[in-house]
Amino acid sequence: MNRKVLLIEDEPNIIEAIRFLLMRDGWEVETHSDGSTAVQAVQKSGPALVILDMMLPGRSGMDILRDLREISETANLPVLMLTARGQSRDRDMAERAGVSRFMTKPFSNAEVLDVVRDLLAQAPSQ
Amino acid sequence: MARDTLTGTRIRERRTIAGLRQADLARAVGISASYLNLIEHNRRRIGGKLLMAISGALGVEATLLTEGAEAAQIAALREAAVDMPDVAAEADRAEEFAGRFPGWAEVLTRTHRRVLSLEATVETLSDRLTHDPHLAASLHEVLSTAAAIRSSASILAENPNLEAEWQDRFHRNINEDSLRLAQSSKALVEYLDDSANSDDRTSAPQEEVETFVAEQRNHFSGLEAGTATPDEIVAAEPRLTTAAARDIGRRVLRQYARDARLIPLERLREVLSDTGIDPVAIAQRFDTDLPTALRRLAALPDEDLAAPLGLIVADASGSLIFRKQVEGFAVPRFGSSCPLWPVFAALGRPNVPLRRVITQEGRGRAMFTAFAVAHPIMAPDFDNDPLYHATMLLVPTQTDDNAEGARVQSVGTTCRVCPVARCAARREVSVLGEEF
Repeated sequence: MNRKVLLIEDEPNIIEAIRFLLMRDGWEVETHSDGSTAVQAVQKSGPALVILDMMLPGRSGMDILRDLREISETANLPVLMLTARGQSRDRDMAERAGVSRFMTKPFSNAEVLDVVRDLLAQAPSQ
Repeated sequence: MARDTLTGTRIRERRTIAGLRQADLARAVGISASYLNLIEHNRRRIGGKLLMAISGALGVEATLLTEGAEAAQIAALREAAVDMPDVAAEADRAEEFAGRFPGWAEVLTRTHRRVLSLEATVETLSDRLTHDPHLAASLHEVLSTAAAIRSSASILAENPNLEAEWQDRFHRNINEDSLRLAQSSKALVEYLDDSANSDDRTSAPQEEVETFVAEQRNHFSGLEAGTATPDEIVAAEPRLTTAAARDIGRRVLRQYARDARLIPLERLREVLSDTGIDPVAIAQRFDTDLPTALRRLAALPDEDLAAPLGLIVADASGSLIFRKQVEGFAVPRFGSSCPLWPVFAALGRPNVPLRRVITQEGRGRAMFTAFAVAHPIMAPDFDNDPLYHATMLLVPTQTDDNAEGARVQSVGTTCRVCPVARCAARREVSVLGEEF
């Protein structure tokens, strides 16, 4: 089973905390911080799940998500989106773009773990 | 059901509130329980001594039993019903509802008032967050830092046996992030304080001009009488703080002065007494164009009108370039307006006058007759496309005034705060859709 999670986030201390959290839970974690090259990073990494920040340098998480859904290999890849913007409009946009889950900052570690486990339990085995 | 037939219902309600059984109250006033039962079901009229005895036993004024709910509450209930057009509420039975269930009626009216207040707050805040990139970025910074602190602190709290190296790293991260949070929070508060205290930061030049014009009630007696010039008025106005605002102010007032020369106030008053608010008739009498007539009507002093009139001018991009606000018709401070407004329909049919009876969804739901026309703002030129402005006059209208039975068209303010679920013109989801 693919246990690789790609975390696309530009806050170093959020990266460190989530990486620690997921690694202790048995997941392999790769990280990427540049929005403009995020789609290529996903294709290269081949993760079982992507955790994607909405506001990234270079390119927005929403645009990255739309691109991922256009590419056949990543069209069904589980994507958990993190955002500081919890307005219904943003949630609606993310859902229309094909997000798997949407989580607003500041989130709890338990929530992140639950969602990651849940999404990967639902994902087709690769 | 008529008001005076509900006395029994009110007695039953008050008895229940007082915790009395029917038999107890009947005994206290010297009648049988079955007779009281008939009274409480409005099958027997009641008055005189018996009414006084029952009101005394219940400890309420007799008029509370006979007159029922306050008119204001009934009006508020009807307003709440009208504000939910998708629900077929029995608005004509509001009085009966308030009489039968005064407690629930109070809950409903208070809830409705609260919704109106929250809608106003949401409108203000959502506009600001959407259109103030600095504020949005600052809040993102604060929340991201809070997320990092929360995550790191949880790891430390939930893993008491964490290796020393990891403990050090997360302690250091929390320290760094808490400093960052302190700085970003302070910067955010300073920014908000500055915004609240400085007109320069919150007001666009056009807003400065509109505020200035609104304070004059859109009427400049010096320009009407020819005793002052636009340049003099603008130069003497300390509230027009920027060069851009003064430039817009001069243009607005120069047009006002031109309009006043074409349609002098005293003659307009005479014509009005003959035609009423009929922009076409006024334009014909003064041999001028419709936009001039619309602007002159909007510049009438309040004492010449039954109710103040509103005026909106838009350019071909849909931007509102002049707003004289009128109660009951909300105009968004930022962002795009509702594309269903007749002023925008006029832009699609240049030189064609449009008259529409409209009501705005949401608060108030006042009715207006909108007179709109789009007109070229430059001389005809074979080599250049014409530029158009559209002008819309808003005349408050009562249902009785709409004698011809014109279709009443519902319009919104702006999509973000519009409650209409199905609208072909919707650009984005409404914040009222989910949270309210």
